[in-house]
Amino acid sequence: MSGGGSLAEWLVSALIVLGGSFALIGSWGLVRLPSLMERLHGPTKATTLGLGAMLVASVAWFHLVDGQWTTHEMLISVFLFVTAPISANLIAKVHLHRLRHGEAAEPVGPAGTPAPPSSGIDWATHEAPHEGTPGDLVGD
Amino acid sequence: MTRLLPHPGLSALLVAMWMVMVNDLTFGTLFLGLVVGIGVPLFTAPWWPGRPHVRFLPATAYVGMVLWDIIIANFQVAAIILFKPNRDLRPAWLTIPLELTTPEAITVFAGTISLTPGTVSADISACGNYLLVHALHAPDPQAEIAKVTARYEARLLRIFV
Repeated sequence: MSGGGSLAEWLVSALIVLGGSFALIGSWGLVRLPSLMERLHGPTKATTLGLGAMLVASVAWFHLVDGQWTTHEMLISVFLFVTAPISANLIAKVHLHRLRHGEAAEPVGPAGTPAPPSSGIDWATHEAPHEGTPGDLVGD
Repeated sequence: MTRLLPHPGLSALLVAMWMVMVNDLTFGTLFLGLVVGIGVPLFTAPWWPGRPHVRFLPATAYVGMVLWDIIIANFQVAAIILFKPNRDLRPAWLTIPLELTTPEAITVFAGTISLTPGTVSADISACGNYLLVHALHAPDPQAEIAKVTARYEARLLRIFV
């Protein structure tokens, strides 16, 4: 085997092991962290650096070994980066709503329940749009 | 020019995405990409009123900085998960006062907070002036709020003008 080929294999292997390690640590966080809001941080790791390293490994493999550029992997990471915060946000909002109504399937975490930002106003999960708030469809 | 290209940034992004998706650099795919890149903003512009102006050079620098922060923060959170026992963990809710006003800018800010590991944006206040963020480990919540505001929001204020 030529020197260049083995170097490419080393690089790709290192990236795959790095990505796999982060996916594993993210899953371990899901198991051991105390409550839902903390556990939400675990999978974020797996999708960012864990998957990112594997996709870079895929690009590097096809470029260095097969000698062709592939770009689909970049699109995968772009779509993941766009969608991951939205799903995390929705899970958090449902959790906040159920905590407020005493229907939480999960216990309150060590951070407790969030206080309203200041007196007279509340978070959007608990306060429907009305006159004077953005999204009231009056001035839009 | 502005009538043909109501949103030049979106057009450039769509052409780039099309080329990446087809994974083939020929005249035919570029032509089809241009048709998509010019057509989609033209037909969707009426449903996107009052959008802010985006400055592209700072925006590109911002994307690079966030990618670097994601890598660094991944190692920090991995260390927390592996070595910090639950009794030493200090999760906290952060209420971040917002200076950003446009929905687009606030969305990018909240997305950045969720993508950088260790913080997840959970909710926004009904009045749109506060962002609710959950931090995995924040012994000093005020310092964390100041850091996020100075590092991300200050830059976004210069990008969305």
